[in-house]
Amino acid sequence: MVVDALAILRKDIRVELRAREAVPAMALFTVTAFVLFHFGFDRDRLDGDVAAGTLWVTLLLATVLGVNRLYAAEREQGGLEAMLLAPIDRTAIFLAKAAALLLYLVALELVAVPAFGLLLLGPDLVGSLPELGALLLVADIGLAATGALVGALAAETRARELIGPLLLLPLVVPLAIAGAQATEPLFTAPGVAENLGRWLGLMGLYATIFVLLSVALFDFLLED
Amino acid sequence: MPALPLESAGAYVAAAYIVFLALVVIYVAIIGRKVGRLERELTELDDVTRDRER
Amino acid sequence: MYGRALAPLALGTAAASAVAFGLVFFYAPLDADQGFIQKIFYLHVPMAIVALLGFLAGGVMAAMHLRTRDRVWDMRSYVAIHLSIILGLGVLVTGSIWAKASWGHWWVWDEPMLVSFLIVFLLYAVYQPLRFSIDDPGRQARYASVFAIAGAAFTVLNFVAVRMAAAYTHPRVFSQTGGNMPADMFLTFLVSLGAMALLFATLWTLELASKNAAERLRRVRRRLEREAEHAEAGERLARPEPAPPIRPAAASR
Repeated sequence: MVVDALAILRKDIRVELRAREAVPAMALFTVTAFVLFHFGFDRDRLDGDVAAGTLWVTLLLATVLGVNRLYAAEREQGGLEAMLLAPIDRTAIFLAKAAALLLYLVALELVAVPAFGLLLLGPDLVGSLPELGALLLVADIGLAATGALVGALAAETRARELIGPLLLLPLVVPLAIAGAQATEPLFTAPGVAENLGRWLGLMGLYATIFVLLSVALFDFLLED
Repeated sequence: MPALPLESAGAYVAAAYIVFLALVVIYVAIIGRKVGRLERELTELDDVTRDRER
Repeated sequence: MYGRALAPLALGTAAASAVAFGLVFFYAPLDADQGFIQKIFYLHVPMAIVALLGFLAGGVMAAMHLRTRDRVWDMRSYVAIHLSIILGLGVLVTGSIWAKASWGHWWVWDEPMLVSFLIVFLLYAVYQPLRFSIDDPGRQARYASVFAIAGAAFTVLNFVAVRMAAAYTHPRVFSQTGGNMPADMFLTFLVSLGAMALLFATLWTLELASKNAAERLRRVRRRLEREAEHAEAGERLARPEPAPPIRPAAASR
């Protein structure tokens, strides 16, 4: 199963590297959003809760773009049916898709977080990078599971480009809560975390529940 | 905040209960429409089968 | 057969609602802080609890559907969620009225119950669009069930998250939605909750009865059509005129 998942993942990564569709689009989206926030708030530098909220909301919105593209290749070229004909576990398909989304998100954040530090963040970013990195990584695991499930749910509907985002956004509210709450003290005084364990715990709980749920439910989305 | 006097509080409480009542009535109306459709289809079916029997 | 349970359920709802109404307005004492406005509590909170349980029940029924492959469970899950969405709308509106009356604003962000409900409501508002943008009935049922199960799990998780956020950012805790109530208030609340639950059960049974009837009618119609075709084929030689065709069932959901 893991071998199959890795094969599909390798295919997705190769397609992404060749066509460069999702990650550059997501990165471009976040940087443009930061520019919009600069003018929207009419502030040169953000700090505290506003900075934390801006970063997290932008990243979560960028995830929508990634989720929309996640099943695009399969849908446009009928690859999913072909994959279903192959003797592989459905769970492998889910794992591959979630891992691909996870990699997209990590790649996006490698660009978006420094860009945020450069363009908008007032306090020093470097001091709080370890805590922020941990938060983003745990959040990304939860996002990858939710995104892969929602993407598959929406992929077969007629209005998928509407249903997908509308489904995903309420589902990520707990991550926005935990992320913004935990990052706010970091962006007030660099390196000073408050209740970090608690919010990481909530994100971990979210990730665990949605990974288990998605593994259990994904089979039912692909059978025909 | 101090408690509202009874006359203005009464309006809010009444509004809340009316909202609830309205929702229930709207729901029953939706079901009623479905039952109406059911009746129409049954009538149609009844007419057709009676014609066929003759 | 859902119709058989309908009469006792409806009578029970009527009786419980009458008792609850009487208790709320003639038995329960006026709240020391909130005064008369606190009477909304007996409507708002039971509605919230029942809607919440409805979403959870919808998830459990959806799991039964995926496990047994019986479409009946999908129908039950659909009706439970559909009803909970309508009750959820009531929760938001009555909560808003309560907020305006007691805090002067139509919306307050430091009431975790209300905020959680808004998020859950926004999620479930996509349930019907998702369902009806899938044409294949089998797939529609499966996808809706996956949504319902994920939604039920999310509902619980979301309440935890919002409550945690409220606990850290708003240290003051409102005691309106819980705490230690006097016994007479608690009794009134329990009866109101029971009445709301009975109302939910009644409406759920009513909609299922109507759905079941429509489904049966569709089947009878299809069977008659098939019989008519056979008869037509058999009698074509003897009788040149074909039997009057039965028009196909009007599309209904």
